[in-house]
Amino acid sequence: MHIGIDVGGTNTDAVLMDGDVLVSKVKNPTTTDVTSGIIDCINSLTSSSPDNSQINAVMLGTTHFVNALLERRDLAPSASLRLCLPATTMLPPLVDWPDDLKQSIGAHTYMANGGNEYDGREISPINEKELIDISQKMLDDGIRSVSVCGVFSPVDDKHEKNAAEIIKSVAPEMSITLSSEIGRVGILERENAAMLNACLVEVATKTVDAIRKAMSSAGLNVPLFFSQNDGTLMQSEFASNYPVFTIASGPTNSMRGAAFLSGVLDAVVIDIGGTSTDGGMLMRGFPREAAVAVDVAGVRTNFRMPDVFSVALGGGSLIKKNPLTIGPESVGYKLTSQGIVFGGDQLTATDIAVARGITEVGDRNLVADVDPEFAESAIKEIQTRVEDVVDQLKVSAKPVPVVLVGGGSILIKNNFEGASDVLRPTNAEVANAIGAAISQVGGQIEKVYSLTDMSREEALELAKNEAAGKAIEAGGDPNSIEIVDIEEIPLTYLPSNALRVKIKAVGNLI
Amino acid sequence: MWHISEDDLESIAIGAGILGTGGGGNPYIGMLRARQMIRENGPVKVLSHDELGEEDLIVCVGGIGAPTVGIEKVRDKQSYYALRAIEDFTGKKATAIISNEIGGSNSLEPLIPASLSGLPVVDADGMGRAYPEVQMKTYFVYGVPAYPMAVCDEKGNTSLITEALDAKWVERMARAVTIQMGGVACYALAPMTAHQVQTTAVLDSLSLTKRLGDAVKNARAVHSDPIEALLDVHPGKILFQGKIVDLDRQTTAGFARGQVVIEGMGQNQSDQMTIEFQNENLIAKLNSQIVCIVPDLICIVDTERGEPITTELLKYGFRVTVLGFPGPDLWKTPEGLATAGPSAFGYDVEYADLELN
Repeated sequence: MHIGIDVGGTNTDAVLMDGDVLVSKVKNPTTTDVTSGIIDCINSLTSSSPDNSQINAVMLGTTHFVNALLERRDLAPSASLRLCLPATTMLPPLVDWPDDLKQSIGAHTYMANGGNEYDGREISPINEKELIDISQKMLDDGIRSVSVCGVFSPVDDKHEKNAAEIIKSVAPEMSITLSSEIGRVGILERENAAMLNACLVEVATKTVDAIRKAMSSAGLNVPLFFSQNDGTLMQSEFASNYPVFTIASGPTNSMRGAAFLSGVLDAVVIDIGGTSTDGGMLMRGFPREAAVAVDVAGVRTNFRMPDVFSVALGGGSLIKKNPLTIGPESVGYKLTSQGIVFGGDQLTATDIAVARGITEVGDRNLVADVDPEFAESAIKEIQTRVEDVVDQLKVSAKPVPVVLVGGGSILIKNNFEGASDVLRPTNAEVANAIGAAISQVGGQIEKVYSLTDMSREEALELAKNEAAGKAIEAGGDPNSIEIVDIEEIPLTYLPSNALRVKIKAVGNLI
Repeated sequence: MWHISEDDLESIAIGAGILGTGGGGNPYIGMLRARQMIRENGPVKVLSHDELGEEDLIVCVGGIGAPTVGIEKVRDKQSYYALRAIEDFTGKKATAIISNEIGGSNSLEPLIPASLSGLPVVDADGMGRAYPEVQMKTYFVYGVPAYPMAVCDEKGNTSLITEALDAKWVERMARAVTIQMGGVACYALAPMTAHQVQTTAVLDSLSLTKRLGDAVKNARAVHSDPIEALLDVHPGKILFQGKIVDLDRQTTAGFARGQVVIEGMGQNQSDQMTIEFQNENLIAKLNSQIVCIVPDLICIVDTERGEPITTELLKYGFRVTVLGFPGPDLWKTPEGLATAGPSAFGYDVEYADLELN
């Protein structure tokens, strides 16, 4: 059996799952120290469990690290080192960062010799003496974490690795993040993502240690896994070093959990809350990745993130007449005191839905004087906007199943344009925790293969094996490994006898 | 005369994106570079073509290479080095700088050498839109030689092309050098007199990008229609409004070729538009009838925000407006059409003027 936990900003949810069966669920407020809320959840699950020894793993998804970035707290004094000279100097590291975030980590940046051309040639060789001096300077400045980014390191990561060794020789305690392990081509965005990781490593290490200690004090000595942005798991040791990979695990787990509860693998998942509607597209059970730069805490990044589309529309959205407007203002979580059907005086989307007879919450008599024609036109507009979100998420005009979750989903009717089926799963309030509990381990590679010595088929086979090997290494059962995504990327800028492939393998946890 | 300050860059980038007609690269990095220069050296002076005098010598600068390389090995001051190399070779000092291409990221390239040298930028360019190759500039169509050309990398390498049979040969040689330089480079070429600029350049195009961008930004700020705002600034028409329903895009030999199909909404309900592109949008067909063709401009913008959408960012489901703007007259002569009209892109179709009702 697995325990799945979701630590959100407001609530910590947990579920106990026996394979595909939900055994029990619990919801507690998130505590400031994070860990005691987790322990409360574990305790109430294990006290109701027939046999604790049957629990063999804990899977955890959290917004804790992204919140640390948003609130600019607990960030390590960090440096960004770019291997590039004499190229790529006009836009130094951290060039487009919000000032307050830059200040909160000390804004230390360095540029040194190194880096590659697109075809693998060196821009310049690594200069050991230069890097030793820089490492010493970092130590003097009190820096505890550094990100290293070489030009075209996704093509060749040797310089980044060499630089890391040199830094380690001068500063053995320094945390080091290599950009080639974080992002893809696009130096500013990859460097940014690596730097976000660098400044989170300390808080991640502390949090992971605290959770493990707390687990063992609760008598639960089983492996701890963290949910990643792409819907797969990583071991907690790994999570300490790569916290940035957990940043979007919240929406990912929510989507995957909701789809699991609905029994579909390919679907659009729409979460309608009090203030906003978030949607994502699942393909073979995994969220589609965003193709363009993704903004994290005001910083442009390009690492693997789910493609989430949001609009300002929810159960608490304010409705105005003449002309009809819906949102973006919302009463949010105060809906149950300020909405008219709840005795308040603000006309919200929920009031309109009650007036129109789509749902029954609060006191229907309180909206008896809402003009039915007006209510109908407002409901139509709400429905159209949500249908638009679904349409923007789809990859083709073909109808897809739509999974509706969230308190605001009562606004929506079942005859839904563009949907082959509208599903409203039960237990959706713990979809995030379920999403964490059902996660598999994964292995992903993105590599360039030269086709002078091998055929395209041989290259693909090699890549598949490597991805599968990574999934097994991460704890996957070799018999369950499955390739879920193959993407061949055309190279407009490399000789045509090269092939860049992206392959993802997943498997069940042993 | 006017000045470009940091606050103007966003507008210029939006306007340049619109005139980029789907190509020309993403101006984000170009905008950051120009911002960095302006923060260090102050606003850049812009001269109108009629403020140029007989003594003036105007040098054209631009970037060349693969956009995918340019987002990794970001360009630095190469266009400034190239400007100095041209001055050294000719033994004459430049007095102003002009853009090679107003569409896309190249629109901001002249600001880098201008900022570093203190020279003004001329409010004009060699395309009035975006095109993929060096020879596709009005300067060369109307007799300005495309050489001498200096191509520079970031390491200190300079390649000089001192003579060529025609502009197409300059393109071939510069492209080969660029590959050796690591896939991106900057160039300076074709020192021109004021008279040459006045007669062969597409005039007032830099200020047009700013006016287009300002219109979009202002419309967003007051929640009015950005499309209408664009058409108030520059004569053109709405070719189509709808939603992207199909996209076929292949990358071959450095070109993103393909077509996008848009299904009509509102006024265009039950109609369909197909746009064929090769990096830039080249032909727009309404229910298989050609309604706009290169060198006229076919611009796909986000209907709600007026944001230009480049070819690589097109996606199923986007709500878009297709705008048509008449291309510069310099491209509509027989010489202009031979260099950059439908036949230059392999279409066996006669050019016909965009009808503005």
